[in-house]
Amino acid sequence: MNALTHPLTHLVNLQSPLNLNEYSQQGGYLGAEKALKEYSPSQVLDIVKNSQLKGRGGAGFPTGMKWSFVPHYDESDARSQDNKYLVCNADEMEPGTFKDRLLLEGVPHQLIEAMIIAAYTIGANKAYIFLRGEYHLAAKRIESALKEAYQANWLGENIQGSEYQLDLYLHTSAGRYICGEETALINALEGKRANPRAKPPFPQVAGLFGKPTIVNNVETLSNLPHILKNGPDWFINISPNSDAGSKIYGACGRIKNPGLWELPMGVTIGEVLNTHAGGMQDGLKLKGLLPGGASTDFLLPEHLDTPMDYDSIAKAGSRLGTGGLIVLDDKNCPVAMVLNLLQFFAQESCGWCTPCRDGTPWAVEILTRIEQGKGTIDDIDSLLKLCDFMWIGKTHCALAPGAVEPLKSALTYFNDEFMQHIEHGCCPYHGAY
Amino acid sequence: MEIIKTITVHPKDYLTSQELAEIDHEISIMETREAAGIEALKVVQAHRGWISDESLHVIATYLRMSSAELEGVATFYNLIYRQPVGKYVIHLCDSVSCHLTGYQQVLNAIVQHLNIGYGQTTEDNLFTLLSNVCLGGCDKAPVMMIGKQHYEHLTPEKAVEIITALQNQNQNENVEVEL
Repeated sequence: MNALTHPLTHLVNLQSPLNLNEYSQQGGYLGAEKALKEYSPSQVLDIVKNSQLKGRGGAGFPTGMKWSFVPHYDESDARSQDNKYLVCNADEMEPGTFKDRLLLEGVPHQLIEAMIIAAYTIGANKAYIFLRGEYHLAAKRIESALKEAYQANWLGENIQGSEYQLDLYLHTSAGRYICGEETALINALEGKRANPRAKPPFPQVAGLFGKPTIVNNVETLSNLPHILKNGPDWFINISPNSDAGSKIYGACGRIKNPGLWELPMGVTIGEVLNTHAGGMQDGLKLKGLLPGGASTDFLLPEHLDTPMDYDSIAKAGSRLGTGGLIVLDDKNCPVAMVLNLLQFFAQESCGWCTPCRDGTPWAVEILTRIEQGKGTIDDIDSLLKLCDFMWIGKTHCALAPGAVEPLKSALTYFNDEFMQHIEHGCCPYHGAY
Repeated sequence: MEIIKTITVHPKDYLTSQELAEIDHEISIMETREAAGIEALKVVQAHRGWISDESLHVIATYLRMSSAELEGVATFYNLIYRQPVGKYVIHLCDSVSCHLTGYQQVLNAIVQHLNIGYGQTTEDNLFTLLSNVCLGGCDKAPVMMIGKQHYEHLTPEKAVEIITALQNQNQNENVEVEL
């Protein structure tokens, strides 16, 4: 495990994260130094574009392209005087996802260095880390890292003797999954209810306080110091046959060794599950899995050879999402699992648009009925109709379509189990474990 | 309706100097005063346990926004308590990873031990039980958070042990106070 093979996690220390001196001795802040002293912002943008880095928050949008949407006005234009903002999305609340927590608690300086690079590139002088309220330890460690970075002049005015100024603040949130949606996050940061905004205008043009804003995920940003240090070619060559770079994959459920592993992009599902997570616990068989958090479609044991990159998982009918496997074993009821997922989405719906506000609780009602053995065959039709009503294009944001993904795929793959509940009038699994 | 009846207290007569300093810091890092709203609610909650109508009203006045608007914000976020809570608020994760690894048994054990359900507080005002979405401890599921502390690899027995330890600790503290 070294800086070239495991760029994101090789400096992670959960017991006691590296302080600024220790981090610098391990090659930390070299990426930021290179960016500030050797390159212009547009050169850094080219490097990031060439690295083919894609967003690790779930959508997989190319990071360089996202940044390039930030408008650059002539000096004669009054808008050129406006602030721009960089926001780190550390609102990790996708069920089954715990990768950002590792980076936040284990190597906070890496994120700060990354944010200096990103903010410099887009021309932002203010940046925020939007951290979920429950990550108390991460908050404490980021606060102390921020203090060190200010003292060492990595933040503040004239950073390391350059002309560049950056203020970086920590905002701790107060709950709600929807804050992870980037426009909802911006509303939350403005002190409002976290309802997503209509797009366009996109945040890159009119975001936080109406100013150009880039929102990037923790893991996405954390790649930047290493791309700057080692170059885009190195990044692409970590995983020559797949999307560029490494990825922190996770696995949870009733498996032998749940955890997180930084691996080259495109390792197969089977490799993560069997080699790294040790396979299923004794006496259990793999029934299915969600490849990247709660809002992805189920995959089956037959998909174990699928590489975990954006295109391959999409071809298999799901999404890479956050890359955290949620593993369903054969002694847990698939209907109960889907019910739990829909309960989550119903509770976390912000209530702004009708398909989501009314559709998700309706699905919960029907699934509860089926799980209790009181469902009818018509209920399956109703669920399928709901999947249609809540699909992309009919809702204000991606939350309801995210709820549809596990529901609809479960109706396809676990049809027999749904029918058993209805025909036998009871749950054959006796609910959850 | 209590909010409407309340006569405005001047924020500086209600909020402590420490609370004001912390809220002022949050205002200073934002472009608008109301952007500090969530942090301001959290500051006052950290000092007083929960957000009463009076607190809400005063914070809104201080941030120069309407109480109704701040109420909309306060009730949106689940980590802002708009009702009194016990000394220890138990946030039990009820999301999918914990569901698959034994959440229901842990919940049953806690409910039985404390004799309260979700949203309720024990008679001695020590514990409030709330559910929480995924706490990001899926590899160590089931998990819960009490105050700022995360507890992992829960079993029904372990959860009850943790709660019992807090009960005992609190009894000892009370004894010391009486002495």
